[in-house]
Amino acid sequence: MSTQVPPVEASPAAPSTVAPAGDSVGDAARRWWAGIRAGDLGILPIIIGLLVIVVVFQSQNDRFLTSGNFVNLIVQLAATAVIAMGVVFVLLLGEIDLSVGYVAGVAGVATALMLLPDGSNELSAGPAIVIAIAIGASIGLLHGLLITKLGIPSFVVTLAGLLGWNGVVLLLIGTRGTVTIQNDTIIGVANDFLSDGIAWLVLLLGIALYAGVLLSGRRARAKAALPAEPIALLVLRVAALAAIGAAVVAVANDDRGVPYVFLLLTGLFILWTYVLNRTTFGRHVYAVGGNAEAARRAGINVDRVKIACFMIASSMAALGGIVLASRLRSVDTNAGSGSILLYSIAAAVIGGTSLFGGRGNIRSAILGAMVIMSIDNGLGLLGLSSGTKFVVTGLVLLAAVAVDSISRRGRENAGRA
Amino acid sequence: MSTHPILELRGVSKRFGAVQALYQVDFKVHPGEVMALVGDNGAGKSTLIKCVAGIYPIDAGEVLFDGNPVQVHGPKDAAALGIEVVYQDLALADNLDVVQNMFLGREQLGSLRRLDEVSMERRAKETLDSLSVTTIRSVRQTVAGLSGGQRQSVAVAKAVMWNSKVVILDEPTAALGVAQTRQVLDLVKRLGQQGLAVVLVSHNLHDIFEVADSITVLRLGQSIAEHRTAEVTQTQVVESITAGKLSKVPGLAEEVVA
Repeated sequence: MSTQVPPVEASPAAPSTVAPAGDSVGDAARRWWAGIRAGDLGILPIIIGLLVIVVVFQSQNDRFLTSGNFVNLIVQLAATAVIAMGVVFVLLLGEIDLSVGYVAGVAGVATALMLLPDGSNELSAGPAIVIAIAIGASIGLLHGLLITKLGIPSFVVTLAGLLGWNGVVLLLIGTRGTVTIQNDTIIGVANDFLSDGIAWLVLLLGIALYAGVLLSGRRARAKAALPAEPIALLVLRVAALAAIGAAVVAVANDDRGVPYVFLLLTGLFILWTYVLNRTTFGRHVYAVGGNAEAARRAGINVDRVKIACFMIASSMAALGGIVLASRLRSVDTNAGSGSILLYSIAAAVIGGTSLFGGRGNIRSAILGAMVIMSIDNGLGLLGLSSGTKFVVTGLVLLAAVAVDSISRRGRENAGRA
Repeated sequence: MSTHPILELRGVSKRFGAVQALYQVDFKVHPGEVMALVGDNGAGKSTLIKCVAGIYPIDAGEVLFDGNPVQVHGPKDAAALGIEVVYQDLALADNLDVVQNMFLGREQLGSLRRLDEVSMERRAKETLDSLSVTTIRSVRQTVAGLSGGQRQSVAVAKAVMWNSKVVILDEPTAALGVAQTRQVLDLVKRLGQQGLAVVLVSHNLHDIFEVADSITVLRLGQSIAEHRTAEVTQTQVVESITAGKLSKVPGLAEEVVA
């Protein structure tokens, strides 16, 4: 089961763009090529970027392309990808959330404290996770209300959040220094693996589901006499998912297996992609990001959409914080600090979500996290310092934004903006 | 044309602080009629359509829809009556495609509260076809890639899709070239032929004489005259716009005139 192929192949511009009058794979390929030349690059820069990363690091250290490191990479990128999915919602509005790092920290610490085995008020994993995410949602609600009802720019509100929630992390930890997590369920999120057979079964189910969704969508369009994708292209998509998914499962099974956190990522990816592309709310998020005035005149409650997006961002940050705490098996005063905030925002942007609002998708969070964490992982294998990591990651972010700017110019020239 | 106006304003006044934006304005439009609303800058055209659309509350006078007095408190009330306004800036989201824009805020849902893309796409196509809009290649392209005339067509199609009875177009040809203007004027004519009441706000008398059945002239917030297009010349209309007789001289206190 893989997350790399979305259930609906969306153009970067907007959700659910369906090919016009497509009749053969050749036509579809020609349209794709024309789109690229007009600056509609899609995921092409990311694939090229990942290839470059693989070639460079593999040539420097042959441990980079091993199954063990592949499984490590999945576990390492999970928290960043989860937080970045929430960031996508805020970026789609054309807003920013600088607080996601420490909101993740607050949720991680809160989870660890709720699970402390001190007899009286120890919770089990389920309620602790629910409460931690609810804390995240409340923080997002607070940010959203300040931004929409008081009209404070999101940059300022979440910058205050960056400081404030850092303080809350320190206050919660108090004099404990480090809180170790002993709950097996929480630790298992990032440290346990699916058994080989289950992983294959899940992959098969996923492929069947994807094929089913594509087929039923195509049948509905054909029934309504609307242009539908050629069946061969559909087969190609399913085959691509099957190939990538089989590769992931095979390689992971060669080592410890597919981590549970990969299932979590896949589930969240499907959930949020569905929300963005198939629900009224998702449509309104794109509309508010594209033209807030048009959205307002269309009767959309712009404030409510914004508040909901900030709540999603903070909730996903909280979930990411739990994943991070699970991987580290403990939380300390550094929870949520360091690179996690900037990596999460950079992941969404590198993956192709615009900082200017209205353009992007959930896929970009995962693809961007793959790029950033591959670099982080590779430089780590080479034994390079954090300093080098940050410089290189900064350059990659710059390159990604440059590619976006240049392709945007191409789109404008081609009238595709 | 029916003798019974679908939308009628009687003695509508609107004041912003010291500025009397509208003073006892009478205005009416019948089904199937293209009514032009003309006037110099500051004559109150925009204020009038915003009052009809429910964006501004009126201070005095009454609005009748289909013969019945109505209270329009917001754009949703106006839309519920069947009054749609296409503003000059069109209010389209560039990053959404034609179908998504046409259904924005009024999306159709299928099972599981899922967007029903298929029926929305079909209905968008039908609406564009019924307006003989043939210049849009694909309803799934984003609006960013459309020309000014095509955008205007999308905005108009969006307005008429909802069984609307009155469509108000604010300066629909202001930013358009010759060929684009032609597309839009043809579209305006077709709306009238389909039985809609069309209110066309414009500065361009040439356009107005081509498509409008009647012309209402506003001057300094007052309705000066209603002409049948066939019975007047452009010169007479210009005269009304610039020198039409006012019932109240702005700046003078009401008591003095009375």
